[in-house]
Amino acid sequence: MKTDLKWHIRVNVKAAIARAYVRVVGTNREFSWIFFDTLLPLLGTAAYVYIYRAMDAPEEYVGFVLLGGAMTAYWMNVLWNMASNFYFERQGWNLELYFIAPISRMAILAGMAIGGMFMTTIRAGSLIVLGSLLFNVSFSVSSVPLVVLTFVLTLVALYGLGMLFSSLFLMYGREAWHTSNLLQEPVYLLTGFYFPVRALGFYIAIAASIIPLTLGMDAVRQLVFSHLHFGLLPVHVEIAGLGVLGVGLLYAAGVALERMERAAKKEGRLTLRWQ
Amino acid sequence: MAVGSRQAVECWRTFRLAAWLGWQMESNWADPFLFSIYSIVKPVSHSLILVVMYLVVRGQAAGAGLFAQMFVGNAFFLYVGQILFGLTWVIIEDREFYQMFKYMYVSTPNMYWYLLGRSFAKMAIATVSVVIVLAFGKMFLRLPIHASTVDLTMVCLSMLFGMVSCVGMGIGLAGVMLIIARHGGHASEAVAGALFLLSGAVFPIDILPRFALYLAKALPTTYWLEGVRRGLLGSGMSQAMAAFSDRELMIVLAVLSLLSVILGTLTFITCEKTAKSRGLIDMHTHH
Repeated sequence: MKTDLKWHIRVNVKAAIARAYVRVVGTNREFSWIFFDTLLPLLGTAAYVYIYRAMDAPEEYVGFVLLGGAMTAYWMNVLWNMASNFYFERQGWNLELYFIAPISRMAILAGMAIGGMFMTTIRAGSLIVLGSLLFNVSFSVSSVPLVVLTFVLTLVALYGLGMLFSSLFLMYGREAWHTSNLLQEPVYLLTGFYFPVRALGFYIAIAASIIPLTLGMDAVRQLVFSHLHFGLLPVHVEIAGLGVLGVGLLYAAGVALERMERAAKKEGRLTLRWQ
Repeated sequence: MAVGSRQAVECWRTFRLAAWLGWQMESNWADPFLFSIYSIVKPVSHSLILVVMYLVVRGQAAGAGLFAQMFVGNAFFLYVGQILFGLTWVIIEDREFYQMFKYMYVSTPNMYWYLLGRSFAKMAIATVSVVIVLAFGKMFLRLPIHASTVDLTMVCLSMLFGMVSCVGMGIGLAGVMLIIARHGGHASEAVAGALFLLSGAVFPIDILPRFALYLAKALPTTYWLEGVRRGLLGSGMSQAMAAFSDRELMIVLAVLSLLSVILGTLTFITCEKTAKSRGLIDMHTHH
């Protein structure tokens, strides 16, 4: 029977691969991103390095900035290439096709995430490598497996959050687009992209931990600058928090996608363009 | 009516209607209260990042000196991001999302005035943002801006030439948008990021490596921000700019602004020709 679990898994994995494939191929057809997405963001991040240098800050802060700059790439990818992509897909007449196909919306979103990660990882990686070489940053990593684990958990939770946001775009148009736009600078501030998040005060930082980047960046910074003591919480607590966030956000995304789809169909807004 | 004056009327009408359209698209997605909150939160957060960074290193973030220079530079740099984004995003938005670009292209007598009009709303929002950020700095961070000491002529001239230079760069970048895919839509942010570094928006350009210092001195935004600082705070930020008198600073800024308009327009024309010859004017890139 075609409705068994095995068939569902197979067809959803194929859908995710297919969606990722389009994005990777599309990226390879347009090489301007190498300049706009790797070299220029490095200059933007370098500005924050020079701010610290102008203030005679300890050299470790340069490393903080580079890690923050690298994570910016993932946050931008989540916001614009995943969360708001349903908006773009609707404008481009593709959304209906996803909804009539016998697949989960999360498979499509996972495909977007995987495809987007290809470009984003190159951007983030080049920023870390080139930035470290340019600014002579030295890392004192306490545990490579823990860094990898933290990074992976952060990405899972982050893309879960992206899926949750994407559900908004099933119902709303420009309102959700502007919400994504709003989630840039305030998030850079609250999650401590360019400074240790503890500087915001314990309670604000804990409240900001609902965004996985807060705990993720703090934990990675603690692990790669192990000789400094600036962390918000002990690393193992932050890793556990990221695990909980990842599961919780993915579950919430599944529920939200289903509910928003139903509500959008009811109000006739699912395929409504230019709203 | 003479041909020249008819063209001027058409350009003005294109600009006016495009500005109206741009404003509607920017603002009518929310009620005025929500829109006001949205317009305040973004720029204030942008400035608070700098405040917290300063606080982390120096223990306090307020008053005159380096902090004030950084704060003012950061506030006025909001214009650069908004103008570049405003001019370039129109291409992506109209072409890919609303799929109206080809119709605009054939019906608009002058594409430049359409682009300028559409980006005008962003300039207006940027103006409000800058005022809010400066008021925030004055009220909560003891920014030393006093009405009695502000050199209004210097500020106004810097703003005029600075805006012209940004429009020039934005037009050039809009041309590039004509020939690249949708995912290049954030190129304006990347370019603004590079200008943020090279213009010394938030640090003295003296600490840049020598080759970057030469680039900084070739950018109009460097002189613009220096002029605004001198006008508002009474002194500039970098030693490299100190050699210029106020008058010399304005002359260099005016020349560089004119150059950026010429180069931006030439880039737009070249890219437009390429887009037409490759059939990219109504390109859709769904990936």
